[in-house]
Amino acid sequence: MTYLRDAAALARKDLLLELRGRETVPAMVLFVLAVFVAFRFALPEDQERAAAGLLWVAIVLTALLGLVRAFVPEQDQRTLDALVLAPCDRSAIWLGKSFSVLAFLLVAEAAAVPLFGLFFERPSAATVGAILLADVGLAAIGTLMAAMAVGGRAREVLLPLLFLPLAIPVVIGGVGATVAADPARYLGFLALYDAIFAILAWATFEYVVTE
Amino acid sequence: MISARCLSKRYGPKRVLQGLDLEVPRGGFVVVTGANGSGKTTLLRLVAGLAAPTGGSVEVGTDRGRIGYLAHEPLVYRELSALENLDLYGRLYRIAERRERIGMLLERFGLWTARRDPVASFSRGMQQRLALCRALLHAPDLLLLDEPFNALDEDGAALLDGELDGLRGRTFLVATHDPARLAPLSTAQLALA
Repeated sequence: MTYLRDAAALARKDLLLELRGRETVPAMVLFVLAVFVAFRFALPEDQERAAAGLLWVAIVLTALLGLVRAFVPEQDQRTLDALVLAPCDRSAIWLGKSFSVLAFLLVAEAAAVPLFGLFFERPSAATVGAILLADVGLAAIGTLMAAMAVGGRAREVLLPLLFLPLAIPVVIGGVGATVAADPARYLGFLALYDAIFAILAWATFEYVVTE
Repeated sequence: MISARCLSKRYGPKRVLQGLDLEVPRGGFVVVTGANGSGKTTLLRLVAGLAAPTGGSVEVGTDRGRIGYLAHEPLVYRELSALENLDLYGRLYRIAERRERIGMLLERFGLWTARRDPVASFSRGMQQRLALCRALLHAPDLLLLDEPFNALDEDGAALLDGELDGLRGRTFLVATHDPARLAPLSTAQLALA
């Protein structure tokens, strides 16, 4: 319980910072909406299968946009040093940050998915389930990659190089769950992805944030 | 409390510390002096466990949760208030009677009236006072202070003199350009070249 309380305190801090600064979520929302508007005009009519691919690429890139800024307060104000020195389990820092990244992504999608339905086709329950499962995995592994990239001088370049290859299975699983007649095995695949990468990120985060 | 053997640290080709031996007994107050770039901050980071040595070893006789670390930067979130920052650290350090402790420190360091203001609106001196509150919040056994008088006005410096005097018996490793100010408290001095 103490571990979850630490993670909750850290996530609350990120939500407060976003409420004050409004630097991440508006950018994510505007980005994903702009992508859908652009593709509304770029794609020919009756291209539902192509639109499914577009939905998932947009989700991954929106997550990337949020992740680029995930550790900016800790880097700019060097507060990661103070967090690392605290007696809490260091993986709680990862969990708290993953919670906030997940929350930001859900807010962006709450605006974007209805627009996708309006422009292309109404997402099925399986698609919505797949998006929720994908968000968990993207937040978990993305937060680890963001922590790895934040120390480097070329954070904006390094993070996509680390994150996008790891997000490819999410696109495969997401598109599969969206277009397949039987989406269950793709949903299972996304759940497995979440479990594997969450455990991996949880177990390795300590080594990422200590020199 | 602190035992360093043949401690070395390099950043790429630049050698910052080389073969340093250091013993700080429990209750010791060691003042670290040296020119800019001599490795004072690096030594504190190595002792805090925030950096890994490239050679030798350092052992600290307390848990990391019992270390109070004051860095060059205040290590607080500028968009949050003093109260919110200290509350976050108070939760992470699991301080009993957190609110009372935070209130007492803010009062003592002259920040009570500004407690709800965002740290971004603080002067550099006020940020240093807040950083001291953060470092002292959990009543640490070992204090690693990097230029603690930095940016403090005369009142702030006098306040800190009193605080340090009241913390006699704890272990200190203090990097400073003004060793004379800490002479009454210091038990040993380490000059880095």
